[in-house]
Amino acid sequence: MTAVTSPLGEDSVWRGLLRRPPAVGALIVLIAVVVLAAGADFLAPYVPSKLSIANRLQAPSALHLFGTDEFGRDVLSRTIWAGRISLAVGGAVVLVSALIGVTLGLMAGYFRRLDGPLSRLIDAMMAFPDILLAIALVAALGPSAFNVVLALGIVYAPRAARVVRASTLVIRELAYVEAAQALGVPTAVILTRHILRNLASPITVQGTFIFANAILAEAGLSFLGVGVSPDVPTWGTMIAMGRQFMDQAGWIMWFPGIAIVASVMSLQVLGDALRDLLDPRLARTT
Amino acid sequence: MSAAAPATMPTSGGEIDGLAEGVVLAVTDLETHFPSRRGVAKAVDGVTFTLPRGRTVAVVGESGSGKSVTSLSIMGLIAPPGHVAGGRILHRDRKGVVRDLAKLSNAGFRHIRGPEIAMIFQEPMTSLNPLMRVGDQIGEMIALHERISRRALRARVIELLQLVEIPEPETRIDAYPHQMSGGMRQRVMIAMALACRPNLLIADEPTTALDVTIQAQILALLRRLQADLGMSVLFITHNLGVVAEIAHEVVVMYAGRVVEQAPVGDLFARPSHPYTRALLASTPNIARDIDAEGRRRPLAAIPGAVPPITALPPGCAFAPRCAHVLDACREGRPGLVAIAPDHVTRCIRRDLP
Repeated sequence: MTAVTSPLGEDSVWRGLLRRPPAVGALIVLIAVVVLAAGADFLAPYVPSKLSIANRLQAPSALHLFGTDEFGRDVLSRTIWAGRISLAVGGAVVLVSALIGVTLGLMAGYFRRLDGPLSRLIDAMMAFPDILLAIALVAALGPSAFNVVLALGIVYAPRAARVVRASTLVIRELAYVEAAQALGVPTAVILTRHILRNLASPITVQGTFIFANAILAEAGLSFLGVGVSPDVPTWGTMIAMGRQFMDQAGWIMWFPGIAIVASVMSLQVLGDALRDLLDPRLARTT
Repeated sequence: MSAAAPATMPTSGGEIDGLAEGVVLAVTDLETHFPSRRGVAKAVDGVTFTLPRGRTVAVVGESGSGKSVTSLSIMGLIAPPGHVAGGRILHRDRKGVVRDLAKLSNAGFRHIRGPEIAMIFQEPMTSLNPLMRVGDQIGEMIALHERISRRALRARVIELLQLVEIPEPETRIDAYPHQMSGGMRQRVMIAMALACRPNLLIADEPTTALDVTIQAQILALLRRLQADLGMSVLFITHNLGVVAEIAHEVVVMYAGRVVEQAPVGDLFARPSHPYTRALLASTPNIARDIDAEGRRRPLAAIPGAVPPITALPPGCAFAPRCAHVLDACREGRPGLVAIAPDHVTRCIRRDLP
């Protein structure tokens, strides 16, 4: 067992990540995407909604690095701004699905009586194809950024719930949980302080994957026209619009496409690395 | 988590008389059952013993004899579908109120576990939350039951660490469990158990996972704490050497039943039940087992194994392994007979030397 200086082993996890070239690459890409999205106001060269019909469908050039779209809007600026929406939606989906999933998973894993019904509910939700369930939910709720987050949050909650339930089942049987029960620690405290804390690693790993999937799903929903409203630039809507000009002006969809691939792939690589670093330790300590 | 047994008597948890003065815990005809596909496993089958105030009672037996299930039944920690199916567990709390723990609800146990009865376990390596500093884990126990400032809490925790003889408590309070040895962790567990000043401590094989020198230290600590704090201790173990060190009274269990019960000196001097004798004979003894020339005496193992608890023989449960078995042993289940004051045995053979 490697020496860890803190219980979560943050130091060793960071060092582990930095020793893996793919993870380092993924981190760099993600940091770049986040910085661009956060600083869009200053970093985007043009106002993303500024029309310039005279400059429509221009190929990438020094003036417009990613070219312009059918209304002469700068694709680079729109890609940067769209990143903000895509990342915000992805992050919010992680929070919503973690909130629902952790609650369901903890209940199912700790209370034997609830395990049957809750697990069947989780299985039933997982039986729906992600995108179809999301489309159905958005259709029922009405298209808006908030509803997309809610729908995707519900769609991905079972994934978080399954991981949390499985880990809770293991931790519940550990001696220190039994010891806490025997010394009169209330159930609510056992759940939050003694079990939830020990779930940080699997939840982090799962959160990374849900983040990646949520970005992809949001793009898919926007592409299909059931996502965030079409006049808000997201990577999905940009691809949907650019599709009509695929032959004359492919760059309109290339660049948001590349942005999606880069972000999602980086998140997946990071998630894999985190799983390698965090999960085996959980297995070792249990 | 305990589930209330399908009790025939009304669940009350109220006051019950019938507990002799000076007795902290009286277990009477305790039955703890685990229903399974192969039938009901009677893990504890009619166990009776009493624990006087300020004394240590050791429950001894092999794995599967029901000694741990007995202690978990007292704590109301039998995992469903297991349940206490019968009998009484009368407990007198510090205010003198007597309750039947066998009928107590989970909510009722909240005031019992910790401030009245605390329990320590066998595995000091896993009995502590790896993500919490040991000081926080001990402090949690105190903070659960009283409002106390952070500073006062820290002082109390340091006091407890001193009480369990942890060196440099001011720095050890901030250590994580993985930075401590097994013996130290067991001391932390004991400190957690003592945090609420229980008047009854249940110790379920607290020294089994420790090496012998540490074992001796922990036993000495428990003995000192008991004398200083006037605690009653229920000590679960399979190690007769430990029993000799710490117990006042001994309860020997086999296959979920009490087979012999006696004051510790009496039990070691005059073991009556063949199982107790076999257990004593199978205990390694340095002075007896090897001579100066290095010749070893063969170890006296008990032939066979504890029968599966779902398929006990109709008569004496020990009959299939007993060296002194008679036909009568296989027919009726023997009752407990008193052979001396405070010394009872569940064996029909009075004629053994």
